[in-house]
Amino acid sequence: MPHFFVSETSANRYSLIIAAAAMALCGVVVAAFATGRYPVLLSDLLRILWSWVGGTPHGLDSTLETVVLQIRGPRVIAAVLVGAALAAAGAAYQNLFRNPLVSPDILGVSAGAAVGAILGIFLSLGVVAIQSMAFAGGLAAVGMVYVVARAVRGHDPLLVLVLAGVVLGALLGACVALMKYLADPYNQLPAITYWLLGSLASTDSRDMWVAAPLLLVGLLPLWMLRWRINVLSLDDEEARSLGVSAGRIRLVVIVAATLMTSAAVAISGVIGWIGLVIPHFARLLTGPDFSKLLPVSVLLGAGFLVAVDTLARTMANIEVPLGVLTAFVGTPLFLWQLATARRGWQ
Amino acid sequence: MKLAAQKLAYGYPERRIGNDVTFELHAGEVLCLLGPNGSGKTTLFKTLLGLLPVQGGTVMLDGQDLCTLQRDEIARLVSYVPQAHGAFFPYTVREVVLMGRTAHLGLFAAPSARDHGAALDAIRRMGIAHLADATYTRISGGERQLVLIARALAQEARMVVMDEPTANLDFGNQVRVLERIRALSADGIGVLLSTHDPDHAFLCADRVAMLHNGGLLACGVPDDVMTAAQLQHLYGVDVVVTEVALGQSKRRVCLPLGMRA
Repeated sequence: MPHFFVSETSANRYSLIIAAAAMALCGVVVAAFATGRYPVLLSDLLRILWSWVGGTPHGLDSTLETVVLQIRGPRVIAAVLVGAALAAAGAAYQNLFRNPLVSPDILGVSAGAAVGAILGIFLSLGVVAIQSMAFAGGLAAVGMVYVVARAVRGHDPLLVLVLAGVVLGALLGACVALMKYLADPYNQLPAITYWLLGSLASTDSRDMWVAAPLLLVGLLPLWMLRWRINVLSLDDEEARSLGVSAGRIRLVVIVAATLMTSAAVAISGVIGWIGLVIPHFARLLTGPDFSKLLPVSVLLGAGFLVAVDTLARTMANIEVPLGVLTAFVGTPLFLWQLATARRGWQ
Repeated sequence: MKLAAQKLAYGYPERRIGNDVTFELHAGEVLCLLGPNGSGKTTLFKTLLGLLPVQGGTVMLDGQDLCTLQRDEIARLVSYVPQAHGAFFPYTVREVVLMGRTAHLGLFAAPSARDHGAALDAIRRMGIAHLADATYTRISGGERQLVLIARALAQEARMVVMDEPTANLDFGNQVRVLERIRALSADGIGVLLSTHDPDHAFLCADRVAMLHNGGLLACGVPDDVMTAAQLQHLYGVDVVVTEVALGQSKRRVCLPLGMRA
């Protein structure tokens, strides 16, 4: 049976958007390899990757191989994964909380991760331990918010969840401030500040093997539940009257988004704006249908962070903190959207 | 197929709103619920739909106790048309109606071509095919109401509960919605609706139930139940119920008396 009743033009338009976003991501990745102190051209990049896969010699300078496989490669992949994760989590949360101004850290995942990581720095632990503590801190914070919200009955569950997230986030922010105050100003404070501003400079291939599966595990339920997540953007009672167990689906989405965000924050530090701006931007392109919104958000988020990270490591003699740069790029973008596209929501 | 409430108590654990409500709704029948503001019509509806827990008595859906049914099982038996509202995101009318198919989809499934067909069919039945690709947040209140009814149709439940489907609509849209409701019952769907206008009950209802002070004041055929005395008791104002000749037939109307100079 032909799909004559599915609007042809909207299906075509969506394929076009996906193709454009995927091509933009590929272009940004190639540009990221070609930019820096040792520029890697596309042909060299492909030869090195081919020899890495096949185990055959590539006949190029070994410095170039080190740059691709040890330094720039992991960093670009990290940017792709973190950007995709933050954008996907943000898109899911904006649907879940029925608000386009929500970001993935509304339930305190970033604040929790920050407390975990800073505690690790404070206790002079190693890199892996710090990352693990950041991951655990993010999960613990959201878990606490969820338990507190469940304990409060007789109110709109969504509102209680957001309020608990804001309040607990403020408390965790105070913990961060306290630890900064007590930290050794010569050794620990710069490391803490550096972590809070976000960076991908120290990512290596080992990080990828841990973070990538976690991100995929988070992404999978979001994709599988894409239609229920659409319905969940209606009123709770309406969603239930349409046959959706709203509370259960909401819990799955929160767990999935928290897993992804925690894993992302653990390797990159706190990077704001992506989870807020990218899904919002993607929605302007695709409309609110989550089955279209999620893939486009993932592609745009990945491309955006690769681009910003490339800027961060090349625009000045020192690394510009990612969190700072995303804000500098994200704020004008967001204001421009706000001014031009008010019809996007009510 | 019927929806039956037996000695139903509804409300909240700390605040009981209604008691001892007993009635039945059969497929193909329009039952109109009248009651003053705050009489608990919406709360009763939400209890019948399983959105609020039953506080006492039973609700039977197609011979099964509501309390034993899963959310999607309830949704396949009875659909809900809330009062027309804004949406949070600019979905198209087609997408909003498609959400009515959710109860027929597996947990991980997205709507198939068949679901798209059912949604478009429901849109056509409500006479709003020209709005299919319009943005739900940008159409009028009357059009939104028709979209929400189309969504309930796409749900393919034999029973529909409508919460004040004519509220906030202009005169023409009120009549149009009532006509659609009659057409639904002709197709074998049982409709339970609430309204603030007794004339709407005269226009479209097979039976009328009156909710007053947390209990059923009366339940029966409009001509028997909706007398001037009963309506005065229900709303606390003087009314007259009279007959108007319309060609060969007659129709009853309800007029308020309190406004005389």
